[in-house]
Amino acid sequence: MALSFMEGNEALARGAIAAGCNFFAGYPITPATTIFNSMLEMLPPQGGICIQGEDEIASMGYCIGASMAGKKVLTATSGPGISLYSEQISFAIGSEIPLVIADVQRLGPSTGSATRGADSDIQFLRWGSTSGVPVIVLVPKDALDCYVLAVHAFNYAEEFRCPVFIASNKEIGMTKESFDLESAPLPPIVERKLFSGDTYLPFEAKPDAAPPFLPIGGKTLVRQTSSTHGPDGYITIDPEVIAKNQDRLREKIYNARKKITLFEEDIKGNSDTLVISYGVTARAVEDAARILEIKGKSISTLTLKSLWPVPEELLLEKAKPFKQIIVIEMNLGQYVNEVKRVLCDKKIKFYGQMNGVMISPEKIMEVIENE
Amino acid sequence: MNSYLNKNRPPVYCPGCTHEKITNSLDRAFDRLNLSADKTVIVTDIGCSGLFDTFFNVHALHGVHGRALTYASGLKLADPELNVIVTMGDGGLGIGGAHVLASCRRNLDLTLIILNNFNFGMTGGQYSATTPTDAVVGSQFLNQAEIPLDICAIAQSAGATYIDRCSGLDADLPEKIAGAVKHKGFSIIETLGMCTGRYTKKNRLTPKVLDQMIIDSPERCGIIEENQRPEYGERYRALAKERNTFPEAVAIEKKITLKEYQRQEVVILGSAGMRIVTAGDIVCYAGLYAGMNVSMKNDYNITVLRGQSVSEILISPEKIGYTGIESPTVVLALSDEGVQRRKKMFATLKPDTFVLKEKSVTIPETRADVVEIDFRELKIKKQDWALASLGVMAKKENAINKTMLKHALKSRFSEKVYQVAMETIEKTTQA
Ligand code: SF4
Repeated sequence: MALSFMEGNEALARGAIAAGCNFFAGYPITPATTIFNSMLEMLPPQGGICIQGEDEIASMGYCIGASMAGKKVLTATSGPGISLYSEQISFAIGSEIPLVIADVQRLGPSTGSATRGADSDIQFLRWGSTSGVPVIVLVPKDALDCYVLAVHAFNYAEEFRCPVFIASNKEIGMTKESFDLESAPLPPIVERKLFSGDTYLPFEAKPDAAPPFLPIGGKTLVRQTSSTHGPDGYITIDPEVIAKNQDRLREKIYNARKKITLFEEDIKGNSDTLVISYGVTARAVEDAARILEIKGKSISTLTLKSLWPVPEELLLEKAKPFKQIIVIEMNLGQYVNEVKRVLCDKKIKFYGQMNGVMISPEKIMEVIENE
Repeated sequence: MNSYLNKNRPPVYCPGCTHEKITNSLDRAFDRLNLSADKTVIVTDIGCSGLFDTFFNVHALHGVHGRALTYASGLKLADPELNVIVTMGDGGLGIGGAHVLASCRRNLDLTLIILNNFNFGMTGGQYSATTPTDAVVGSQFLNQAEIPLDICAIAQSAGATYIDRCSGLDADLPEKIAGAVKHKGFSIIETLGMCTGRYTKKNRLTPKVLDQMIIDSPERCGIIEENQRPEYGERYRALAKERNTFPEAVAIEKKITLKEYQRQEVVILGSAGMRIVTAGDIVCYAGLYAGMNVSMKNDYNITVLRGQSVSEILISPEKIGYTGIESPTVVLALSDEGVQRRKKMFATLKPDTFVLKEKSVTIPETRADVVEIDFRELKIKKQDWALASLGVMAKKENAINKTMLKHALKSRFSEKVYQVAMETIEKTTQA
């Protein structure tokens, strides 16, 4: 078995290529730049297109245009860029434009630290658009995840016609590591569902599904609009039509939450504590659990790989046998309240850290042992 | 005439609004060019000019304010066969100025029709980037403290290959639009118009005045000779076509079996220009040849040619979780800047940690096993100190051995560079 050796960012780009991505537009920003660099190396030889926008807003605009012409698109940025993306993200959410956005998170707020990691944007990704329509956010813990989740992200984007975020972190994106790329568990590729009937209404869909797609530039005329629209893609003020569309936008994601749930677990029958974490922090949690096991203390772990929609059933099921739940995050508590909301009858302890360095296994053991 | 207008959705502009005339002229231009509707898309901005897409039976994309050119570019890059027409008011021009400049510089084959009516019609007649200083607008006195911009002059200096300007009521407008659409490259046509709903209520603006404004402003009527160059899409595709090697992922097969290899944590403390990252890579490759798991984190200044460069490497027979350094087994202290960056670490080092220190470098108090080496005396250049240190590590079998190092160097470098690297390493084994 040969091991590959690369940054999380390169792994994410390779995952995108494996998913059939054929268009990238982005703007350089540490710590996401190497995704752009990798796509620039990989797309042209495959006949794909890779563009540097004049700014982040433009980059997202190119992605939206290309996606509407039928391309599978990726963009990559970090916190300050996500801020700029936000108006276009709202457009893509509301007008059901499939695209994948890699957010290689760095320490915020604002410019923050270009080369310091943090899971800064977990709430921003969920709520950083107008309207509050649910979004899909996947979160890798290592380079292998970057590779695999990129394919999941494209699949979800195509199936649900929405932007899908990969919430990576400087500590994954810019860390090089070895992993077995050849035998990575890639899911089968999901392609965009194309319309095949007679009269095409661009936003006509089943109550909790995305509408079938046709590209701008195809034989059938297509309308796309950022304005509140009815199934025909023209502006509407009809409250019933508006409400129906809003419900559908919410339900196509929310009702599919079980399908979108991705996780890893290490549940031990003899433990009474479950530690829930995600991202690079999960690695330290798993290390801590291993060391404590040797010391004779049994700890179970749940590593979330999809944060939004909140995997409610998973949390309920996995947390059930445990007396104590501990949530650890590389921020000052952006997801713990979701866990508290779902596990409302459980005692939930929290530790968060936002100082530019990863939470160490030692710190996590201290948190677990100081119950 | 073959009309592309949507009979079910007639224009809804205020009576006398120039936008209506331009809508009809655009339709006539389409007819003149005999465009196929399914290969034509109208991309509209926000404001009254943002209604254009709804009046036509062609593909349509209406997006957020100021960004119409960005969607248009994405569409055109993805589908070079499309005729892409963008309508935008003076509002979109102001808010999306960066995209106008980028489009001029790039010369992708799009047509931008600017509907300049000197104010924001839809929101109440506020001043825009083109409002005259002496106009009476909905922003009280604010426009009196600024000057309007001439987008044609700006576009010319930004490299636009085709610029036209006329009254929106010009009888030749269909011809002019057709000329702009036909042009291969980015074309701008600025139309001056009357917003009867807002602007002309307080400002004297008549068809005659519009004509006079065109006469008074520098003439633009199409091709800009000095800016002629290949269309961006064609240029891009020609350049991209030359890139035909797909970069396969680095993959390293285990070649060496080690007995009882313990997890190693290697920290290389150096400065920019000392090829610290390359040395770190080589240590990782060495580990991979022994079938180990590896990880590497680098820490360097954003000003890449100055300051510290630190590489932290883990080599482990087990899967690596936390990638931070907890208990270094090897520290290479190669520059004071690098050492300063991790100065707290030295007090925590265990007695069996191997520290290789260059003679000129000062390190804090430590219990570790410190070996000093004088690379200068060995006539090894500073840029090779990190590489040379790997030779010392291999010789002493700290974290890597000679076979591992040789395999790593061979696969990381070309044959020529490998030979030079080996010579450098040999110098240390003689010391
Ligand atoms: S507000 Fe002005 S620009 Fe808008 S439709 Fe009326 S006249 Fe035309």
